[in-house]
Amino acid sequence: MRTLLTVFAKEVVDNFRDRRTLASALIMGPLFGPVLFAFVINLSIEQSLGDMDRTMTLPVIGQQHAPNLMNYLRSHNIDVVDGPADRDAAVRAVTTGEQDVVVVVPDGFGEQLADTVPAKVELISDQANTQAERDARRVRTALHSYSQELATMRLVARGVSPLVLRPIHVDEIDVSTPSGRSAMLLGMMSYFFIFALLMGGMYLAIDTTAGERERGSLEPLLSLPVTRDQLMLGKIAATCVFMAVSLLLSLCSFFVALKFMPLEQLGMTPNFGPAVVVAAFFVLAPFILLGASLMTLVASFTKSYKEAQTWLSIVLVAPTLPILIVSILTLRPQLEFMFVPSLSQHLLLVDMIKNEPVNLLHVAISVSSTLAIGAALTWICARLYRREGLLG
Amino acid sequence: MIKVDGIHKSFGKVRALRGVSFDAPNGKITGLLGPNGAGKSTTLRVLYTVLRPDRGSASIDNADVVTDSLAARQRIGALPHGAGLYPHLTARENIAYYARLCGLENHAIDERVENLVALLEIGDFADRRTKGFSQGQRTKVALARSLVHSPQNVILDEPSNGLDVMATRSLRELILKLKDAGCCVLFSSHVMQEVAALCDDIVIIANGKVAIDDSADGICERTGCDDLEDAFVRAIEMVGPA
Repeated sequence: MRTLLTVFAKEVVDNFRDRRTLASALIMGPLFGPVLFAFVINLSIEQSLGDMDRTMTLPVIGQQHAPNLMNYLRSHNIDVVDGPADRDAAVRAVTTGEQDVVVVVPDGFGEQLADTVPAKVELISDQANTQAERDARRVRTALHSYSQELATMRLVARGVSPLVLRPIHVDEIDVSTPSGRSAMLLGMMSYFFIFALLMGGMYLAIDTTAGERERGSLEPLLSLPVTRDQLMLGKIAATCVFMAVSLLLSLCSFFVALKFMPLEQLGMTPNFGPAVVVAAFFVLAPFILLGASLMTLVASFTKSYKEAQTWLSIVLVAPTLPILIVSILTLRPQLEFMFVPSLSQHLLLVDMIKNEPVNLLHVAISVSSTLAIGAALTWICARLYRREGLLG
Repeated sequence: MIKVDGIHKSFGKVRALRGVSFDAPNGKITGLLGPNGAGKSTTLRVLYTVLRPDRGSASIDNADVVTDSLAARQRIGALPHGAGLYPHLTARENIAYYARLCGLENHAIDERVENLVALLEIGDFADRRTKGFSQGQRTKVALARSLVHSPQNVILDEPSNGLDVMATRSLRELILKLKDAGCCVLFSSHVMQEVAALCDDIVIIANGKVAIDDSADGICERTGCDDLEDAFVRAIEMVGPA
């Protein structure tokens, strides 16, 4: 036990003095998530919110044929401007991307309207261009509601109730809570936590194995009168501590960052108060042992610091895989999923953020299965250090 | 006291050791001499229990290096070839770390580290982090580190590699001090003069076998050469190819 503590204390001090380890554990991991997250959130707010309030400009050819329609569009925040010379020029302009949407009001518009034959209006857009399609959709909606308005007026003029045009009234009831809507986007938070957690221990895992071998300090260490299991456990324990600190910082930085993100505008109110931060730490904590032993194990097999870095960057990405699969298939949390590390943590975290009741059986399975796998990997690491091949 | 009895060791198809046997008694300096790749380091690595022999046995003060490796490690201080330090720790911290691992009591650690700092004359840079140390400084700290538990047997793998004249001199003095204290010192080298000047016994290894095991004079006599260097070459020829 004393050996374990000695190794542990030395590794903590040693790595605390290493700027690279410190930067990745205390800055890189915890800040990467919130910064990327803030970026994505702001982007999506800009995309979805700006739409209705923003004044868009719409080139229209043949404005003089439909003055009322132009006024209607202007009243809907659509700024009508002169379009290209003719229809062909307009098609070309949209094809090249010079214009997103162009409306053409043909010559006979007024007469057709007066004769109550459907009056033709052309909407030129590129439906493959999603960015332009949003503007096109807005114009289409405006044109459609103008058409509806005219229809209503015609019916009223003929003494018919406009309600005959609406035999069915669809009323949509959305049962998602603001917290629930957050889950989609906030689901990726769980990976940031796992990422930060792994980043926190990555350089330690390398330094205590491949690094120690490369420096030539492993051989003298192994020739000391101590059991190798204890050396290994001390190293893994030190890695765990850095990972725990990194996780805690990451949770705190998210807690602070979310306060500054205008999530209400997206109709989201994530449930991420201090209580959830603490609960999330304990749900994610079992993953620390698993991550530390997995990284140490992988790094033990490599011949050099560089090689270890390469392999460990794969380990950094691996936990996303189950999360990704479940997100794509939109599977609901099931009992079986709780046996899968990283996935179980992700699902539990999403439930907490959604403010849904967390199934305690699920928590118990997640914690115990992740801990069991971590313990097994730790045991394998300790066994591995008894092999002489370790010295390369 | 170190006893090596017929050890074999192969790495894949390479047969590094093919039955090496010799004794290194207490109070004497034994030199392991041989060309590059002869099996010197492999022999020493078996002795400080980092490698397991395929056949044969070795013991440190009667503790078998395979079956009783922890006890064997307690009896040896080893300086592996190219031993590295922890660059973020000071020289003193490097030594104290090993002292703690070897189970010295907390109050004894400072005293022991102080003794070693004085013995190896590393006081000038003892409180600097070892990053950027010269080869000589590093070897001294690594040596101090391996002596931290006052081992009865000291195994040094090419300790004078990369050392300048002054550093080599102080290393030689240290080895003699250890001998006077009754330690068993076993070190490997390929520098003839060094071995000739220091060793009571010389074990010449070539192609994984012991070519000859005698005192410097004895070796000259048995090979019929006046000069140790000629004797060395003759002894190696006697072994034949692997």
